[in-house]
Amino acid sequence: MAEERINAEQVKHVAELAKLEFTPDQLELFTGQLEKIIGMFEELSTVDTTGVPVTSRVSDRQNALRDDVAVQSNQRQALLANAPETAEGLIRVPTIIDESGDGE
Amino acid sequence: MDFFNQDLTSLHADLVAKKISAAELTQATFDNMAKTDAKVDAFLNLNADAALKNAQAIDAKGINADNLLAGIPVGVKDNIVTKGLTTTAASKMLENFVPVYNATVVDKMLANDMVIVGKTNMDEFAMGGSTENSAFKVTKNPWDVSRVPGGSSGGSAVAVASGQVPVAYGSDTGGSIRQPASFNGIVGMKPTYGRVSRWGLIAFGSSLDQIGPMTRTVKDNAAALNLIAGNDVHDGTSSKRAVPDFTAGLTGDIKGMKIALPKEYMGDGIDPKVREVIQNAVKQFEDLGATVEEVSLPHSRYGVSAYYIIASSEASSNLQRFDGIRYGFRAQDVKNLEDVYVRSRSEGFGDEVKRRIMLGTFSLSAGYYDAYFHKAGQVRTMIIDDFNKVFNDYDLIIGPTAPTPAFKIGDEISDPITMYMNDVLTIPVNLAGLPGMSIPAGLADGMPVGLQLIGKSFDESTLYKAGYAFEQATDFHQATPDLGGTN
Repeated sequence: MAEERINAEQVKHVAELAKLEFTPDQLELFTGQLEKIIGMFEELSTVDTTGVPVTSRVSDRQNALRDDVAVQSNQRQALLANAPETAEGLIRVPTIIDESGDGE
Repeated sequence: MDFFNQDLTSLHADLVAKKISAAELTQATFDNMAKTDAKVDAFLNLNADAALKNAQAIDAKGINADNLLAGIPVGVKDNIVTKGLTTTAASKMLENFVPVYNATVVDKMLANDMVIVGKTNMDEFAMGGSTENSAFKVTKNPWDVSRVPGGSSGGSAVAVASGQVPVAYGSDTGGSIRQPASFNGIVGMKPTYGRVSRWGLIAFGSSLDQIGPMTRTVKDNAAALNLIAGNDVHDGTSSKRAVPDFTAGLTGDIKGMKIALPKEYMGDGIDPKVREVIQNAVKQFEDLGATVEEVSLPHSRYGVSAYYIIASSEASSNLQRFDGIRYGFRAQDVKNLEDVYVRSRSEGFGDEVKRRIMLGTFSLSAGYYDAYFHKAGQVRTMIIDDFNKVFNDYDLIIGPTAPTPAFKIGDEISDPITMYMNDVLTIPVNLAGLPGMSIPAGLADGMPVGLQLIGKSFDESTLYKAGYAFEQATDFHQATPDLGGTN
């Protein structure tokens, strides 16, 4: 494995994927911590897993089927009560296209 | 009143005999909570008005003499959704979130006339082992209020250990029921994956999460699992297997039971005082007529790494839903939609949650998936195989629940790896989907030490049987913390 496991640029990239942002101080803290944790993960590379299947679930169910019966689940007003901002029975969000004019 | 001198059986007898009504019991519970919780901060949110109304309704129709849980006050971890009752998962992200439905386990509590008195504190989104990651308050260990209660179900554990409620429910993704049970000297069960519906449990690691009961005695715990177990159409991973009566078979007789003690669970990383308590427990089981033999779980040492890759990956996916749009926290003064996502998540999540999201996103990202996520899934298979080999020859596995007793508040919170290593003995059980239970096994320097019992898939009954026999032969479960009060 590489000498440097993860650097600040990579952490920034991963943060973008995860829709998070960090201040410069946080970025430094997280880079150091993630470097150590991912360093710990690398012990797995010493385990010979040749031919070993992946386990991604431990449920004893294969498929979970049920009859397709319509149920009354209209909770529009109750659901909207948890939305940060609503208007006319809809969830209100800021403009999708940036109109602040700072050229981003 | 506190619940130090009563169990579900005696409370039930009092309720049926009308020595106390459900409403009186509920009021007495809140009266005690007002005094006790001021010292330990187990609860985030009380349900006083609704609880008293529910209790009065239960009194009006009469206590069901066949239902041990009828009229019993219960605490519920705050990542289990309760209709109309604020549910935060101890996150700023959900500070004002009021669920529009009940988790299946909550519906079962209410249908069986349990009285929900409040929601308990936890590490944010169940990520942590000390309850210090709560966005709202730090819960204290009632045995020593300068120490952590463990986590992530620290509030539920303390609610029971401090005598505020006889039963609380928690969730366990990597040890979050068992480790706080160990730190607080109570009984905590993580059932087999699929035994209990996860519908309405705010998702963390969906292939690992299970809801389970926390109580002061094994029998109470078995009754509390009876209540929530079983298939649920809303959770496609919940098993269709028949649910036995977990209180049956509590005879105290475990002669001939074959018990395995993994040498990896008694190694250098374990506090010598914890090891001594477990060695005494081994002798106790032998005195009860069981055989205890040393075995090996050679890949268990890789469990922490495999777990933190898998659980964080699942978490990074599950927590995508918190985007500031439909519910939860939304950042102010945002310029555009992307800003809503990024700033709401960055301001709404605490550091440990961000760390897990980052680890998961990294482990799943292009170029790293094979070395991390895929590899961890393979190691998970090897850990499962280790357990299967042992269970070919043994009825259950025992060992410590946690490497140490409860540590001091503030001691480990800035060091994620040290914190993660606290889970080394509980994590393999979640990776394999097995049932695991922690029961009180003694004290080390005045702090409780838990004994972990690990069973075959869907064999919680053997854990309860063995745990009950151990409990009847010892008096560790009768020890209670002295909170500086006069009671």
